[in-house]
Amino acid sequence: MIAIIDYGVGNLFSLRCSFAAIGQEAVVTGDPAVVAGAERIVLPGVGAFGDAAAKLRATGLDRVVTERAEAGVPVLGICLGMQLLLTESYEFGRHAGLDLINGSVRPIREVIPANFKVPHIGWNALRFPGARHPVFRHVYEGDHVYFVHSFHAADCDPAVIATTEYGALLTAAVAAGNVCGCQFHPEKSGKVGLAVLRGFCEWEG
Amino acid sequence: MITKRIIPCLDVKNGRVVKGVNFEGLADVSSPVELGRYYSDHGADELVFYDITASAEERALFTDVLRQVAATVFIPLTVGGGVNTLADFERVLSSGADKVSVNSGAIRDPSLIERAAKRYGSQCVVLSADVKRVDGVFRIFAKGGRENTGMEAIEWIKRCVANGAGEVVVNSIDTDGVKGGFDLPMLAAVLNAVQVPVIASGGAGSVQHFVELFRQLPTIDAGLAASVFHFGEIPIPTLKQALQQNGIPVRMV
Repeated sequence: MIAIIDYGVGNLFSLRCSFAAIGQEAVVTGDPAVVAGAERIVLPGVGAFGDAAAKLRATGLDRVVTERAEAGVPVLGICLGMQLLLTESYEFGRHAGLDLINGSVRPIREVIPANFKVPHIGWNALRFPGARHPVFRHVYEGDHVYFVHSFHAADCDPAVIATTEYGALLTAAVAAGNVCGCQFHPEKSGKVGLAVLRGFCEWEG
Repeated sequence: MITKRIIPCLDVKNGRVVKGVNFEGLADVSSPVELGRYYSDHGADELVFYDITASAEERALFTDVLRQVAATVFIPLTVGGGVNTLADFERVLSSGADKVSVNSGAIRDPSLIERAAKRYGSQCVVLSADVKRVDGVFRIFAKGGRENTGMEAIEWIKRCVANGAGEVVVNSIDTDGVKGGFDLPMLAAVLNAVQVPVIASGGAGSVQHFVELFRQLPTIDAGLAASVFHFGEIPIPTLKQALQQNGIPVRMV
């Protein structure tokens, strides 16, 4: 069973349905006991990093995710959920993340040219800096996925498994051990997005 | 490189798509679910569902339909029509919409955009502006383009973006339905005024009109249309091939 963590940020309906579309049972839950028993964990999220991190801590879900990740359970963070996996964020102040992947969350404005709009909204192409990570085994370089974000993962070089070009190379996905995350929304990225979720479900971590 | 988005807009009444036509391989042209999936499979980058019903019962039906679409179509979904309160935002977002488009609701209550952006984030608040020239000045029209609000359009759009609208759909009443091409001067004026994504609407009649749109206005983000897609006059795969051949970045499926 896949646990999609519900901690009160964002609509998880599409995400649950997209797992159903690839034949995977996923439950949307805010119950730490259910998350603790899951074979795979998905950490979604939209909105502000500080608020989301506070909500994860207030519910005790931060500890469950960290413990299960350290026990080897495959974890997928999506969008803000991916950013929460990192060490810290500089979105409106400085906030600690789960620190499952070394790196920090920084404004894309710092790296992109002034004439590029923020947020980065729309379909953009994936680039793989090295060998294709198992999560992307059903995806090809140049495939398009849907992004909506103003911040991205920085200072996390060894963990970057996919990038996208938007005036500069932005981090599209990260992985370290059995923990991975994507900045784009696989549940909104059509067939390519479903292929990413399928790759995650087949990944041993 | 980020691609230019092509967005079909579907009007929904009593749970059915208005103005549907026969596409090969599409059993029920009026089914929002089937038509939504058809467009998604054929390269639409996003879908807009416009609720043109009025009563509360019909509104509940629309929400049911939206859930069915969101359960089977995995591209961004924007919902508009009858969005006047935060409760309306909640209703459609919890039914699977990713973005909510506000038009008359924001004119009636200018604080709506700011309150919605604070609660749900700017990324899901879309300003839809119906704009028409009156004595050479761009004016905002309400009630489906029937009523001149007297507000100067560029100032209104700037104000809504400052309040938190994350995207702007500019529908030119002057070119809408004419099929003579998008309103490039009006769109250029909006692009010069705001930094958020701008979606062009009103006037598309041919593939060439989309090519002109993206060539003349390199910073425009998307083109939206309804009848030319629904009547099969412009198949989206053909449109995207033409755009690609003209050096415009698009997502091919």
